[in-house]
Amino acid sequence: MFGYPGGVTLPFYDALYDHPIRHVLVRHEQNAAFAAQGYARSTGKVGVCCATSGPGATNLVTGLVDAMMDSIPVVALTGQVTSKLIGSDAFQEADTFGITRSCTKHNFLVKSIADLPQTIHEAFYLASSGRPGPVLVDIPKDVFQGQAHYTPVTTIHLPGYKLNTEGHTGQIRRAAQMMWEAKRPMVYAGGGIIHSGAHEELRQLVEMLDAPTVCTLMGLGALSSTHRNFISMPGMHGSFAANMGMTQADLLIALGVRFDDRVTGRLAAFAPHAKVIHVDIDPAEIGKNRAADLPIVGDAKKVLGRLNKFLEELKPAEAPKNAAARAAWWDQMRGWRDAHPLTPEFSDEEIKPQHVMMEIDRLSAGEAIVSSDVGQHQMWAAQFIRFNHPRLWLNSGGLGSMGFGLPSAVGAQFARPDKLVFAIIGDGGFQMSIPELATLANHALPVKIVVVNNGYLGMVRQWQELFYNNRLSAVQLDTFPDAEKLAGAYGFPGRTIEKPSELRSALETAVKSPGPYLLNIRVTPFENVYPMVPAGAAINEMVLRPPQPVPVGK
Amino acid sequence: MLQIISLLVENKPGALMRVTGVLTARGFNIESLTVAKTFDPTLSRISIVVDVESSLRSQVVKQMNKLVNVLQAVDLTDGPAVARELVLIRIRANMNSRTAILKEAEIFGARIVDSSTEGFAIEATGDPEKMNEFIDIMRSYGDIEVTRSGLVAVSLDNKKLRLSPPVVREKTEPVTT
Repeated sequence: MFGYPGGVTLPFYDALYDHPIRHVLVRHEQNAAFAAQGYARSTGKVGVCCATSGPGATNLVTGLVDAMMDSIPVVALTGQVTSKLIGSDAFQEADTFGITRSCTKHNFLVKSIADLPQTIHEAFYLASSGRPGPVLVDIPKDVFQGQAHYTPVTTIHLPGYKLNTEGHTGQIRRAAQMMWEAKRPMVYAGGGIIHSGAHEELRQLVEMLDAPTVCTLMGLGALSSTHRNFISMPGMHGSFAANMGMTQADLLIALGVRFDDRVTGRLAAFAPHAKVIHVDIDPAEIGKNRAADLPIVGDAKKVLGRLNKFLEELKPAEAPKNAAARAAWWDQMRGWRDAHPLTPEFSDEEIKPQHVMMEIDRLSAGEAIVSSDVGQHQMWAAQFIRFNHPRLWLNSGGLGSMGFGLPSAVGAQFARPDKLVFAIIGDGGFQMSIPELATLANHALPVKIVVVNNGYLGMVRQWQELFYNNRLSAVQLDTFPDAEKLAGAYGFPGRTIEKPSELRSALETAVKSPGPYLLNIRVTPFENVYPMVPAGAAINEMVLRPPQPVPVGK
Repeated sequence: MLQIISLLVENKPGALMRVTGVLTARGFNIESLTVAKTFDPTLSRISIVVDVESSLRSQVVKQMNKLVNVLQAVDLTDGPAVARELVLIRIRANMNSRTAILKEAEIFGARIVDSSTEGFAIEATGDPEKMNEFIDIMRSYGDIEVTRSGLVAVSLDNKKLRLSPPVVREKTEPVTT
């Protein structure tokens, strides 16, 4: 549990004082929500954060919306002013229940201590079941102070909370048939696979069909990056092969995805030749952005488990029919991949950010937890770092909250003390999360902070360069603290490097160092992320590389 | 296009806010809204008329059905349903027009609920178009004040209410270290 105490949560913190629940004191409530997410994202268990009334609760909001967008199970406990004072503009009062209504899957205001146990159980049940999400419980001080007899909670009855987990058998059977009938199938797997723990079922499906597979930003690790069927992430900064594949496929097998605008580009031109099988646990996602030819509402793990059985049954009769067409499809995929692979940039003079990712990838070898912030470095990390398993890649996908990376790494390192955890952060996001250096130092968490420092808000600058005539408005971050002194002030080692020759050894030193480490890497200031699908373009209209200088005739 | 949505919700604080939140978050303007308890006092019936682009109609109803406090949300726009509205009108009437007003009220099946030297208070029910006509006619007789209840609707379809059964929690042990 990650939290920050305050006036109205005093009775709660008093109870925590000698209770075995482990509470981690963060340095800002927003980071409590992010750390709870890091815990939840890296384990699948519910992460808990706690804040006081008023400013404490409002500071949680960004983290809650972030968890909502990425479907992360988080329970937030907030204090509220004493019941009698609610609505009187009391000190540190805010309408938390009203403010967080749209930021949460569900929220509660507990009015009587008699309701408290039931409400807490409902909160955990709601957060972790179905499509996971954040749930907030707002508790007035008098409820915290009240005394009541505890009766164990044995049942939860939420008649309006409809869960569809099994999937319609007839639909699943038809899906299996469609999959074998397809000549150019493509698996489009997302965060839903990771949330439901369906990665093993996904691997079986992909291998049985031998279909090329893309994993979304939220789905990286759902299929191992080293799997031969794995192409890359699709979408705005996806690879040429992934996006061409989506555009040319005749069947999209969409599993636990929501056809996000960053994946589809211009929706009208997205996968124009494809029929769509859409498996999702949330009926409201089906047909929201792209109409599904065959919708299946259900839990990915359960649906894929049964789907694989049907595929297996049909395989002997159906698989040979389209074998030739599918071989040709793979040839085409390989052709695209070879024509424009995702290639990291290297230089002898400057450290290229892609070079940083390649070195981190070498050290991780697909096994480390990588918690990323938001921006260019996030895209490079997603392109170049491999993930052999789910729950290794932690990033703010839907909301894109800067300041996410470091606190999320804190949560992940608490949850997985056995794992090597990298926090890859831009110089902008790092300066939003500096307070948590104290939490790191406090608990001697061996998180390796890698600041990919280009002195700019790189992604915003990239857009200003490309779409706003290179008018660089308010994107230069020209003051950055001395990393060695900054980390030293917190009592752990830090270093700044700027030569490519130092990169490998500096990262190795960081990883070998027993506690936290802050490595500030000065990278090429003007590197941009490619390929790129410009806003409003179709995903096959990618810009593959920066405009090249044109030779001028003599 | 106007859409009629009928919801059965738990009668809990915040339930209405969640339902209207689905609409306001998308920038839709609510034309009318009625809420009242059902025969089961733990449940309320909400009828909403809202201007929603036709492509988003099913999405809005799905989002409402997702709400934990909502037991059922149905789109009654195209389905077989009866929709009615109640209108209360206060009209100033001088001696010359009183008889004519009473006649008109009779034609629309309206009831006089108050009569004074100043004028009348009239109650009418019917579908919204009919009520619009009634109001227009009454306006021609002088100054009026109108209060409309908003649409209430009932589906004529026998749609089964699907509710989630209680979930048994596994025994939770107290945390120890």
